[in-house]
Amino acid sequence: MLDYLLFGALPYVALAVMLIGSIYRYTKKGFQVSSLSSQFLEGRQLFFGSQFFHWGMLMLFLGHLIGFLIPSAVLAWNGSPVRLLVLEFSAFGFAISSLIGLALLIKRRATTKRIQMVSNNMDYVVYFVLLVQIISGLGIAYFGRWGSNWFASVMSPYLYSVFAFNPNVDLIAQLSTSNAMALLMVKTHIASAFLIIGIIPFTRFVHFLVAPIDYIWRKYQLVIWNWDNKEIRNSRNYFPGKSRDFKNN
Amino acid sequence: MNIRSQISMVFHLDKCIGCHTCSVACKNIWTDRKGAEYMWWNNVETKPGTGYPTKWEDQEIYQGGWVKNGDTVSLKGAGKLKGLKNIFHNPNMPVLDDYYEPWAYRYQDLFDAPEGNDQPIGRAVSLITGEPMEIQAGPNWDDDLSGTPDYARQDVNFKHLSQAEQEAMFQLEKMTFHYLPRICNHCLNPACVGSCPSGALYKRGEDGVVLINQERCRAWRMCVTACPYKKSYYNWNTGKSEKCVLCYPRLESAQAPACMHSCVGRIRYLGVMLYDADQIQQVASCDETQLVDRHLDIYLDPNDPAVIKAAKANGIADSTIKAAQNSPVYKFVKEWKIALPLHPEFRTLPNLFYVPPLLPAMASVSADGTYDTVSEHLLAGVEKLRVPIRYLSSLFTAGNDQKVIDVFKRLHAVRVSRRDTTVKDVTEKQLNTVMNEAGIDVHTANAIFRLTSLATFEERFVIPAAHREEAIEMLENTGDFKGSTGFGFKEKPARGM
Ligand code: HEM
Ligand code: SF4
Ligand code: SF4
Repeated sequence: MLDYLLFGALPYVALAVMLIGSIYRYTKKGFQVSSLSSQFLEGRQLFFGSQFFHWGMLMLFLGHLIGFLIPSAVLAWNGSPVRLLVLEFSAFGFAISSLIGLALLIKRRATTKRIQMVSNNMDYVVYFVLLVQIISGLGIAYFGRWGSNWFASVMSPYLYSVFAFNPNVDLIAQLSTSNAMALLMVKTHIASAFLIIGIIPFTRFVHFLVAPIDYIWRKYQLVIWNWDNKEIRNSRNYFPGKSRDFKNN
Repeated sequence: MNIRSQISMVFHLDKCIGCHTCSVACKNIWTDRKGAEYMWWNNVETKPGTGYPTKWEDQEIYQGGWVKNGDTVSLKGAGKLKGLKNIFHNPNMPVLDDYYEPWAYRYQDLFDAPEGNDQPIGRAVSLITGEPMEIQAGPNWDDDLSGTPDYARQDVNFKHLSQAEQEAMFQLEKMTFHYLPRICNHCLNPACVGSCPSGALYKRGEDGVVLINQERCRAWRMCVTACPYKKSYYNWNTGKSEKCVLCYPRLESAQAPACMHSCVGRIRYLGVMLYDADQIQQVASCDETQLVDRHLDIYLDPNDPAVIKAAKANGIADSTIKAAQNSPVYKFVKEWKIALPLHPEFRTLPNLFYVPPLLPAMASVSADGTYDTVSEHLLAGVEKLRVPIRYLSSLFTAGNDQKVIDVFKRLHAVRVSRRDTTVKDVTEKQLNTVMNEAGIDVHTANAIFRLTSLATFEERFVIPAAHREEAIEMLENTGDFKGSTGFGFKEKPARGM
C-alpha cells in the first residue's frame, strides 16, 4: 500500500505541485525567484561549501539525466566490471563532495550570525531533504553496488511509465534483493527525490529552474526599447492598443 | 550611423564642497530600506583616499571592467566562461566589510536608562544583526588633508606616482585634496549589463539609462563584480541587485535627479548627447592612448544637418534633438573640452564627465605678506600646480598628462579673462598669451564662466520630454487606462523563500 502511495501517487502530486507552483511563482511572484545568495554577508566559508556541494550535485544530476535519457549507453558502459567500478566510484566521489559541501553550508548557516538574519525555516527543510537524498544515495552505493546498472534497467523504465501516466509501481515494489538495507535506501532515495521536486516552488530550489543557460548564446549587451521609436512618430501607425510587442535590440 | 540619445552628466569638481547633500537626497528617496542601508548609489569621496567600497579603483582586487582582447574587449572578472564557472561562489565579489557595516544607535536608551551616576549612552547596533557593534568604517570615512596611513596614503592612483611625488602630496605646504562625487555612469558599454547571466540588466534605448529588472535578477551577483565603479549593489535582504536608476521617474516628468536637484554647490549638469551606437565596440576596444579621444568622438554634433537627419531617421524626437542642441554636457565635453571621463581605462565608456579641480587656486604670497592672485608665477606653469598632474591623469585620462594640462590651461584662461573683465589688472600681453595657449577666445571664456557660475536651473538641467504619452498611445487605449499608469512594484518586494 505504502509503495503505491509513494511510487504511484506521490510522483503525480509532486510533479503537479512543482509545475503549477513554479509557473505561478515565476509569473506572478517573479520578484521572489532568486538564488538568495548570501555571499555578500559571508564569503569565505561559502567558497568550500558551495563549490563542493554544487559541482558534486551538478555531476550527479547529469549522471541521472544520462541514465534516464540513454539507459542503453549506461548498460553498455557497465558491461565490463572495471568500467562499472569507475562509474560507481566517481558517482560516489561526487556524492561525498556534495555531502561535505552540504555539511559546510549547514555549519556556516548555523554558526554565522549574519547568515541567520537571512535564514528561514525553508532553508533548514532544504538542508534536511538534501541530507536524506545524498545519504540514501550513498547508502545505495555502499549496500548495493549496482546502482548505475539498476537505474538504467529498472528506474528508467519506471520513470517512463510515470511520464506515460501508467505508473508501473511493481517495478519498484517487487524489487528484490538479499540486502534489506539496500532496498530501504533505494526506496527512500526515490521517495525523497519526488519530495524535493514537490517542494521546489516553496523553497530556494526554484533557482535551478532558472539556471542562466541562455547567457551562453546571448549577446553581451542588451538594449531594450519601451516602444519603437520609428513607428511611434509615424501617424499612419496610430492605432490605439495595436501592438504590445516590445522590440529587443 | 545608428544614432541614439543618451542622458549624460557633468560634475564640476572645483565647485563640490563635499557636503553630501546629494548622497542624503538619494538615500532618502531610494535606499532607506532593509537590505539597502549600506548602499550609497550616490557617494562622495575625498581624493586622495580609498573611496567606497575600499579601494574600488583597484581592479587587481575587484576584477571589474573590460580589458582589451585583440580587437575586441572581454570582461575582466566575469563573462560567459568566467561568470558561469564562478556562479556558485564568485571569488571577485566585494562583501559587506569592503563597504562598511551599517549601524544605528539605541537612542531610546538615552530616555529609558534608570537614574544613575553615569551618563546614559546610545550604543551602536548593527543594522544587519541588531547586535551591539564596534564601528569600524563608514561610507565617507576619508580624511581631508591629514594624510592618515589608512585613507589618503592608500589611494590606488598612487601606483602611478613616484615615492617622492607621493610624499610631496602630504607636505603641509603642498597638501591638496578634492571631493569626488560618484553615481552610476550609465555607460555606453556597460560591464554590468554584459556580465548579467540572466539578462536582468539592460540599457534603455530611449535615454540610455541602465536598469536592473528586479523580477529577472536571480542574485547571480556578477554585475557587482563587473562594474568597475562598484555602482551595482547587492541587496542582502531581497536577494536582488540594485543600482542607481538616474531617478528615471523624475526624468520622465522633466525633473532633475534628486542628487542633482539638491546639489548645494550646483556642480551638476545634465543633458542629452547624441552618439553613434555602431561605434561602441570599436571605441571600447581601441588603444589605451586613444581611449579618451575616441570616446569623446563618439558623441556627435547635434547641430550638424547630417546628424539631425540621421537622428530623425532613427526616430529620435525633435524635442530630444533640440534638448541635445542646448545640452550643457555637450558644451562642457565637446565644445569647450574641459570635462573628462573618470577612469576611461575601464572601457565602459562612462557618460558622467568631470571638470577636473584646478586646486588650489594658483596664487603666491608676495613679500609684504599679501595674497597675490596675479603674479609672474600665476601662469608659471600649469605643470607646476600643487596637485600632481600625474595624479589627475591617473583619474581622468588613463595617464595622459597632456590632456589634463590642456583642460587646466582653458580653465585657467577663463579665470584670467574674468580677472581682466572685473579687476582689470591684467596686461593685454598676459591675457593674449594665456588665451592663445589655451586656444579659446574671450567670448568662450565668458560662456564657460556663465555656465559654471551663474547658470539657472533650466540651463543646468536640459531634460528632453520622455514622450511617455506617445508610448502609452501605442500600447493601450488611453481612455481605458486613464488614471492607471504609474511606476512602482506590481508585486510587493518581499524576500523569496
Ligand atoms: C546549475 C544550476 C545551479 C546554479 C546556477 C546554482 C546557483 C546557486 C547560487 C548562486 C547560490 C547562492 C550561493 C550564495 O549564497 O552566494 C546557490 C545556493 C544554493 N543552491 Fe544552487 N545552483 C544550481 C543548482 C542547484 C541544485 C541542483 C541544488 C540542489 C538540488 C542546489 C541547491 C542549493 C542550495 C541548498 C543553496 C543554498 C546554499 C546555502 O546558502 O547554504 N543548487 N545556488
Ligand atoms: S557605472 Fe557600472 S553600474 Fe553603471 S552602467 Fe557603468 S558598468 Fe553599469
Ligand atoms: S551636493 Fe553637490 S556640492 Fe554637495 S557633495 Fe554632493 S556634489 Fe558636492
